[in-house]
Amino acid sequence: MTEFEPKIVAFVCNWCTYAGADLTGTSRIKYAQNVKIIRFPCTGRIDFMLLLKAFGEGADGIIVSGCHPNDCHYTSGNFHARRRWIMFRGLLDLLGIDVRRIQYSWVSAAEGAKWADVVNTTVTAIRELGPYADYAKVASYLEKEENV
Amino acid sequence: MKALIQKTASLLKSNAVQVVIGYGKGSADRTRAIFLTKVEDCEQLIFDSRCVQNLAVYLTKAEIKKLGKPAIVAPIPVLRSILQLASENQITADSLVVLGISPENELVEFESLAAIETYLSTKQIAIDEKYRKAIDDIKAMPVGERFEYWVKELESCFKCYACRAACPLCYCTRCTVENNQPQWISVGSHPLGNLEWHVMRAMHLAGRCTDCEACFKACPMGIPIHLLTKSMLQDVSDNFGSTGPSLHKDNTLSSFKPDDKESFIR
Repeated sequence: MTEFEPKIVAFVCNWCTYAGADLTGTSRIKYAQNVKIIRFPCTGRIDFMLLLKAFGEGADGIIVSGCHPNDCHYTSGNFHARRRWIMFRGLLDLLGIDVRRIQYSWVSAAEGAKWADVVNTTVTAIRELGPYADYAKVASYLEKEENV
Repeated sequence: MKALIQKTASLLKSNAVQVVIGYGKGSADRTRAIFLTKVEDCEQLIFDSRCVQNLAVYLTKAEIKKLGKPAIVAPIPVLRSILQLASENQITADSLVVLGISPENELVEFESLAAIETYLSTKQIAIDEKYRKAIDDIKAMPVGERFEYWVKELESCFKCYACRAACPLCYCTRCTVENNQPQWISVGSHPLGNLEWHVMRAMHLAGRCTDCEACFKACPMGIPIHLLTKSMLQDVSDNFGSTGPSLHKDNTLSSFKPDDKESFIR
C-alpha cells in the first residue's frame, strides 16, 4: 500500500509568504509537493470561511501564512488577522475541529528556507494524523451531484 | 409597573416619542413584544420574570423605525445590547428613549448613553458556573468525540434562523448565509451546512456578543448554541482583557494591539 499523501492548502499573503515561497523555488530548495498555494492580497483578507471550505472540499491540512508583525504591506492587516485567528482557533477547538491541522506562520519574502521547513513539518505532521476522515464524513453530503 | 405605565403615557402624550416598545400579554401564560402608539394603550405594559425577549432587536428594524422615535423597556440584557449597538453606530443617543429596568424591577431613567455605561459598569457580564462547567466538559473530550458531540447537537437544526432573528446584533440586511455568489454556506440543513452556519454565526458575534442568550431562548430545538458565544466571550477576556459593551473601546475584532499574545504561530 502506498503511503498516505496529505492534501494541504496554503493561504498566503502576496507580499511576504508568496514572495518567500518564490524565493524557495529560485533558491532551488526542494520541499514537499503536497501543498497548493492560494495567493491573497493580505492575511487580513483570508476569511475564516475559506478555511472551512478547504476542509469541506477535502483538504487534510491547511497552512495560513503572511508577513511578520510590523511588516504588513497595509500596515495592520496581519495584526487584525492575528486577532481573528486567536478567536477562530478557540471556536474550532470547542467544536472539535482538529486545530492541529491548521498551521499558522509568519514567513517573510527573505525566508525561503523557512517556507520549505514550514511546509515539510506540516506535511509530516498531517501524514501522522492521517486523512481528515471526520470532516470528510460531514462533507460527504456534497458528493451527491443533486445536493450541490 | 405603575411608574413604567405613567412614564410611557407621558412620553407619548408629549410626543417625545411616537412608539413604545415593551412587553405585553402573549398567548397562554407567555409575554410578547408590543408596540404602543396610543396613550390609552400603555395600560397593557407589563414587566415580570417572564419578560426575557431581547427587545433591542427591534431598534434596527426598518418597519419599527418607520413608526417614529421609540421608547424602549430595557432590563439589563437589553441595556447591554443598546450600548453595543451604539458603539457600532447603529443608534444614537437622541434616536431613542431608554426606560431601564433594574434587577429589583425598578424604573431607571438615563440621560445619556454614557449614563447607561456607568450604570452597567457595576453589572459586568459574568458567565454562569453551570455554563462554564458545560464548556469545560466539552473541552475535556478528545477532539474526535467533541466533533461528534457537536454534529449530533446540530443535527436537529433545520436552519429556521430564529437565532439570527432574535439576536439584536445580527442586523445585517443581507446575511452571508443568503449569499450564493459564492455559496458560502450549504443551504440544506445537513451536517456540513449546519456546522458552517453555526461557525459563521458565532464568529460574526465574536467580541460583540453581550451574552443575552436570546439565540438559545429562540431556538425551537434547544440547541446549546449559547455555549459557542459564551466560550468566545471567555476567550476574548482571556486574550484581550475586558469584555462587555463600551462606547470608548473598539470592538475586539476591529482593533488590535501590536503585542497581542498567541502561542500557535510559527
